[in-house]
Amino acid sequence: MIPRAEKPFHFYTRLSLPLLTGIKVRNLRELAEHIKTAPESVIYQHTHRYLQQHQYLVPEPSNDFAYWVSSVLQDDELGDELRRAVVETIEAHLSRKGDLRQLPEGKEFHFMGTVRFSVPTRYQAYDLAEFADGLRRVSVSSLYLHIFEARLRPPLGLNDFSLWFDSELGEAALAKKVSSLDPYTQTLEGLRARIIGLVEKRLEVLRHA
Amino acid sequence: MHNIDAYRPIVGSDVIDEMFLLAKHLEGRSILNVNSTAVGGGVAEILNRMIPLCRDMGLNAQWEVIQGGEDFYAVTKKFHNALHGDPQTVTARDYEVYEETTEENLSRLNLDADVVFIHDPQPAALVRKRKMLRNSWLWRCHIDLSRRDPQVWDFLKPYVEMYDACVFSAPAFAQTLSIPQVLIAPSIDPLSDKNRELPPEEIETILQRLQIPTDKPLVTQVSRFDRLKDPLGVIQAFQKVKPYVEARLILVGGSADDDPEGARVLEEVREKAHADPDILVLCLPPTSHREINAIQRASTVIFQKSLREGFGLTVSEALWKGKPVIAGAVGGIPLQIAHKYSGILVHSVEGAAYWLKQLLHEPAYAKKLGENGRETVRQNFLITRHLRDYMLLFLSAGRLDETMIRL
Repeated sequence: MIPRAEKPFHFYTRLSLPLLTGIKVRNLRELAEHIKTAPESVIYQHTHRYLQQHQYLVPEPSNDFAYWVSSVLQDDELGDELRRAVVETIEAHLSRKGDLRQLPEGKEFHFMGTVRFSVPTRYQAYDLAEFADGLRRVSVSSLYLHIFEARLRPPLGLNDFSLWFDSELGEAALAKKVSSLDPYTQTLEGLRARIIGLVEKRLEVLRHA
Repeated sequence: MHNIDAYRPIVGSDVIDEMFLLAKHLEGRSILNVNSTAVGGGVAEILNRMIPLCRDMGLNAQWEVIQGGEDFYAVTKKFHNALHGDPQTVTARDYEVYEETTEENLSRLNLDADVVFIHDPQPAALVRKRKMLRNSWLWRCHIDLSRRDPQVWDFLKPYVEMYDACVFSAPAFAQTLSIPQVLIAPSIDPLSDKNRELPPEEIETILQRLQIPTDKPLVTQVSRFDRLKDPLGVIQAFQKVKPYVEARLILVGGSADDDPEGARVLEEVREKAHADPDILVLCLPPTSHREINAIQRASTVIFQKSLREGFGLTVSEALWKGKPVIAGAVGGIPLQIAHKYSGILVHSVEGAAYWLKQLLHEPAYAKKLGENGRETVRQNFLITRHLRDYMLLFLSAGRLDETMIRL
């Protein structure tokens, strides 16, 4: 029998609009100084929105910020941890190499912020079949929200799908399998296909049980 | 004109459904666009495509055009050039003409929409009426302000700061302002003649008509004959690699009849190309959208070796055809190309030559770049993303100080 949840899974989507701060820097020292004082929305823009914009590239551009987010930010606020990590990296480099190359006009790094939108879609699921159907229909922005951003809010490190599989359907093994997929080494479309694959495989087992 | 559903096969139904989701949240709100011309120019072209799509999605989108005499348009032409960084003599009388025309339009136009969306400097001062109407006002600047003349900007800035927010096309265009500044990149329309898919037979026919031989891989730059587009640099780069590769270079541009400097550049280009049978110089009329589409689709590598650029949407047009693009790292081009992932960014003739050789010798890598480039455009530079960002902008009017807006 296919287990049915009491509370459905609501698919939301995450959209964002970049804000220009007018702040631009031309060397590493200035970069580190501004990262120290930048609001969280700025850090978000240069890490997560960057990732969302480039998620389809194969191979993906090297993106240390995103890796910092996944490996460092499991136990603290996004802004503070990431800020410290990036500033420390730059300052260590500066003290080693004293690299203060001044870039010419037009090559500056522009600090940007983000305003984020949380939008409910019309898709919700009470069981795994409905879940697979919903996941097929939502945009990758929804997948991004439920996989990447979910890991940054409590319960930290856990994506929304795994949380719902485990707590609402008692599907702990499926939850673990989805959780162990590394979202940083594949495109969102690839990730979507793999999650749907895992859900369908589990459905097959349940249907024949 | 196409309806919004025509874009489903291109961007995916999930993306279009998401846009309808946003449109639903704008139900009952009127959006009035105001600019200075109904035809001609990039802004009118965008609005002519955008407004029908907005309406197709159920938005109450209106479009008004301000009216002015020749003297007004002479002044706003000066404004335009000055803001682009070309110094102008703007007199006190010029500013008066601008103010007077604004007054005339204020008495003529009904600006009582929920959101008033003003495009470019010509109608910017209409915002004077904002206090009385108590609605949301947004200013869309399509101009590259990175080298703006301070005098004209100082005149406009107090008006700009009366808006709820303003919108720029690239981070380098941002200003120090007391209001939020939003980044919304421009876009291309994948269904326009310039960008739509073309059957191979049509491409072949067009190439035959233009007498472009296809016996060797084509390397192309499409841009007007302007020093800032560096056509001579493209020729130099091509000639550096010629001993090592089999290829033909085509430089496609306009006739430059009404542009003395352009005519000089064209002459120099022709002179340089003259002795080399593998370099073709082609002057096409401004309406040759399908021809340019066909040439790009027949190309193996596309150049946009600009030395200075506004946003440089020609790069997105080339990327959309799935071609590897070598482009100058200037203006908005680095926003469109992630170097070595979705295209190549260069800073010199030597760099351009090095990468041209690499791409011609490594077709598998060139193919991957082209695929990534097309995907970059699909995700970030098509009209559907542009429209989605506009809807987000309208939804955020007056709320841009919030980091998270829950709809």
